[in-house]
Amino acid sequence: MRDARSELTRPIGVRLWLSGGWLMLLACAAIFAPWIAPQDPLAQDLFLGRMPPFWENGSEAGFWLGTDSLGRDVLSRILYGARLAMIVALVAGTLTCLIGASLGLIAGFYRGWPDRIISRFVDIWMAFPPVLFAILLIAVLGTGLTSIIIAIVIIDWTRFARVIRAEALSQSAMDYVASAQVAGRARFGTMLTEILPNVLPTIVALLTLEMGIAVIVEAILSFVNLSISTDSPTWGGMIAEGRISVHQAWWVLVFPLITLFLTVLSFSQLGEGLKDRFDPVLR
Amino acid sequence: MSGYLNIRNLSVSLRGGGPILRSVTLDVAAGQVHGLVGESGAGKSMIGKAVLGTLPRALQITAGEIWLDGQDLLKLSPGQRRHRIGATTALIPQDPLTALNPSRRIGPQITRRLVDILGWTKAAAEARALELLAEVDIPDPRRVMRTYPHELSGGMRQRILIASAFAAEPKLIIADEPTTALDVTVQKQILRLIAEMQARHGTALLFVTHDLGVVSKVCDSLSVLYAGKIVENARMRRFFMHPIHPYSAALLAATPTYTNPQGSLMPVPESVIETVEQEVTAHDRRWGRR
Ligand SMILES: Nc1ncnc2c1ncn2[C@@H]1O[C@H](COP(=O)(O)OP(=O)(O)O)[C@@H](O)[C@H]1O
Ligand SMILES: [Mg+2]
Repeated sequence: MRDARSELTRPIGVRLWLSGGWLMLLACAAIFAPWIAPQDPLAQDLFLGRMPPFWENGSEAGFWLGTDSLGRDVLSRILYGARLAMIVALVAGTLTCLIGASLGLIAGFYRGWPDRIISRFVDIWMAFPPVLFAILLIAVLGTGLTSIIIAIVIIDWTRFARVIRAEALSQSAMDYVASAQVAGRARFGTMLTEILPNVLPTIVALLTLEMGIAVIVEAILSFVNLSISTDSPTWGGMIAEGRISVHQAWWVLVFPLITLFLTVLSFSQLGEGLKDRFDPVLR
Repeated sequence: MSGYLNIRNLSVSLRGGGPILRSVTLDVAAGQVHGLVGESGAGKSMIGKAVLGTLPRALQITAGEIWLDGQDLLKLSPGQRRHRIGATTALIPQDPLTALNPSRRIGPQITRRLVDILGWTKAAAEARALELLAEVDIPDPRRVMRTYPHELSGGMRQRILIASAFAAEPKLIIADEPTTALDVTVQKQILRLIAEMQARHGTALLFVTHDLGVVSKVCDSLSVLYAGKIVENARMRRFFMHPIHPYSAALLAATPTYTNPQGSLMPVPESVIETVEQEVTAHDRRWGRR
């Protein structure tokens, strides 16, 4: 037997440190962008167009990561872009998780007709190619932050529903669930107190993964110009613009791309790390 | 009817399929130990589950009565039934690994029934749990209450499940092969512990096993089950001296104890299997395969 308390003081893995650190940094950038951004992200100055980052010849003081073709500061735009990315990640990720995981839990635990209905919907949903589905939805809902969030929730709830249903199904077959029933627990109570804690590690892992996906989806929609109006900076929009002038000004493309990549990677690594920590059996 | 649990002509079958239990009738007297013996797959666990109301969804009760303390459980609403079983009956399961919720601490898993069904205060339930853990020889019960199941050995977990089963002073405990999943060295201890606890608390015990040797040690009476059909209900002494059904006799001869102490394990003879199979088929024909 090992002592449960010693496990709580176990050092957090490098993976959790790095991914958590990067996301904290981004969260700060998102919250404090107006105070820490060196420039106005929308201010155009054609005489400052395509300035390189600070270590190259011909850079301009105060424009650390260079400027785009309209003379807007890349660093400031990335910082402001973090706001949108974080909002989409949090709101869309959480809503998708709540809806998908609840439906999956109900389907896997109650089975019978709730399961038949939910599983049928999941099957139909999964038949649509997600990117086309998203574009179609945006066309119907119109562009804008709310539309993007709604589109992500509508498309991605099945990811949670499918996985959580399977987990709830296998947990429900365990003897401890029968014991809880014999002990007089109502079915709904059994689902919340017995099944939910055992699928929680998976829910957390899926949630952080979904946050990463939400960031990508938002970037893709911005890239094809279907996202928020063009006057608020988004990483996807920056990547789209940077792509055009990549031979003259690589930094306009590369910096937002790296930021996007690190963010998505961090979300998925955070999920895996947390899953290991939350899982009482692996712990 | 005498006895605490009376099962009458209980039939269970696969939904839209063949029979699993065939008109099972058996009694468990108050404060007594009743053995339920049969080969693996005979339907022993399904009898226990039918009583507890935890049959797999694929199965359904098609006929019969389950009387618990003078009341037919199958006539109650699901809620009433659950409450009644929760207040009077407990289970010692076969596999202590899956019988405890891996993500909850031991303490609340023992006190759950006391608080939920009997309406005890949390403090009283915890005091009771500590008392019971000490009774089943768990060292340092206070610490064990705070651990997670995976931190404990199989034998420890089974002790905890035994403590948990006796905690609410149930009138009936169903022990479904409680030692099968354990190491041989631990099996004896657990068996003795269950027998001691049963005697001390005066609980009726339905003891499910495939081991006739174990039955001879702990039971007052027994039922022999073959392919979902009871072939013999008997008191212990009479059964071992004079088994009526040929399958019982063959089973007894195949067990390396009592009648046959040197005992090499012998298979049940083909002719006997044929006889029982014929009986089972005859039953299905008479009752229209329900
Ligand atoms: N979930 C289930 N679905 C369908 N059949 C089942 C299920 N569980 C058990 N059975 C069938 O019920 C029969 C009796 O099983 P069981 O009571 O577990 O036997 P045992 O006597 O070993 O405890 C077996 O033949 C098995 O195939
Ligand atoms: Mg069994």
